Amino acid sequence: MDAEAARAIGAGIAVLALFGVGLAMGNIFSTLISSVARNPAARDTVFPIGILGFALTEAVALFALLIAFLILFA
Amino acid sequence: MAAEGKTIDALSQFELTHIAAGFTNSNLFMVIAGIAITGLMVLGARPRARVPGRLQSLAEVSYQFVHGIVDDQVGKEGKRFFPFVFTLFMFVLFGNMLGMLPYAFTFTSHIAVTFTLALVVFILVTAVAIALHGRKFLGYFFPEGAPLWLAPIIVPVEVISYLSRVVSLSVRLFANMVAGHVMLKVFATFVVLLGSLGGVGILGAAAPLAANVALVGFEFLVAFIQAYVFAILTCIYLHDAVHLH
Repeated sequence: MDAEAARAIGAGIAVLALFGVGLAMGNIFSTLISSVARNPAARDTVFPIGILGFALTEAVALFALLIAFLILFA
Repeated sequence: MAAEGKTIDALSQFELTHIAAGFTNSNLFMVIAGIAITGLMVLGARPRARVPGRLQSLAEVSYQFVHGIVDDQVGKEGKRFFPFVFTLFMFVLFGNMLGMLPYAFTFTSHIAVTFTLALVVFILVTAVAIALHGRKFLGYFFPEGAPLWLAPIIVPVEVISYLSRVVSLSVRLFANMVAGHVMLKVFATFVVLLGSLGGVGILGAAAPLAANVALVGFEFLVAFIQAYVFAILTCIYLHDAVHLH
């Protein structure tokens, strides 16, 4: 196989991690929405935790992206 | 990635250029961030008005915001770490935000910078834990009450997870900044490439342009959230160091 093609395929496989990240993000925000809907008074305490969870999960996606960039350009 | 001989050059925006010997554009923007933060706090604290003006409220709000984070996460003992966390938060925040200005350089988009910041946090946290708890700090790697025969599994896992904090803390910030700016550049290049086709292409270029406008807004959000996450994780680590679990 051509090395360039193998690189592109490898980068594509590397970002498969986004599957899990997508599930996790949906989970975080659905839980955030349902907890705020159940108890609107808790919004101020729950929201920062949700954002923290979002950022921690997003980092996983970015780790995958980083690996993809390393495969493509390094 | 080539389109009609034109390529998407997304990574050149992260290249260092030397302004003077040993002084790069990255250094320049660090100095600008430092001056801006100092200016904000000094000028903001000067009026001491009971009803604060715009600058004073900005200084007060940022002070209270970080103070709230430290108070919530570390507790009473966190008071002495407040100046450190505040400096760290403002430096990262200004680095991210200055990078959003056109033609500006984002110094937080370099792993060397974020890794150094994370290393400072890591060394501080470890030093605090050892200073406060001495030998008991080693108990951090083996939770009390766990059966002894699990030690060969638990201890390496705990040590690795403790050491990987530096990597995750630095890579999170760096990767967020790089990914965001690459995305902006890629969409901006789409606009140019589509526009250069003429006719229908110019109409089609409206879509990536609109996407880019939304992305800029999103990147401002990310710039703030990442500074917030950096500060809050520092506080969580400090809490671990002060209380050991």
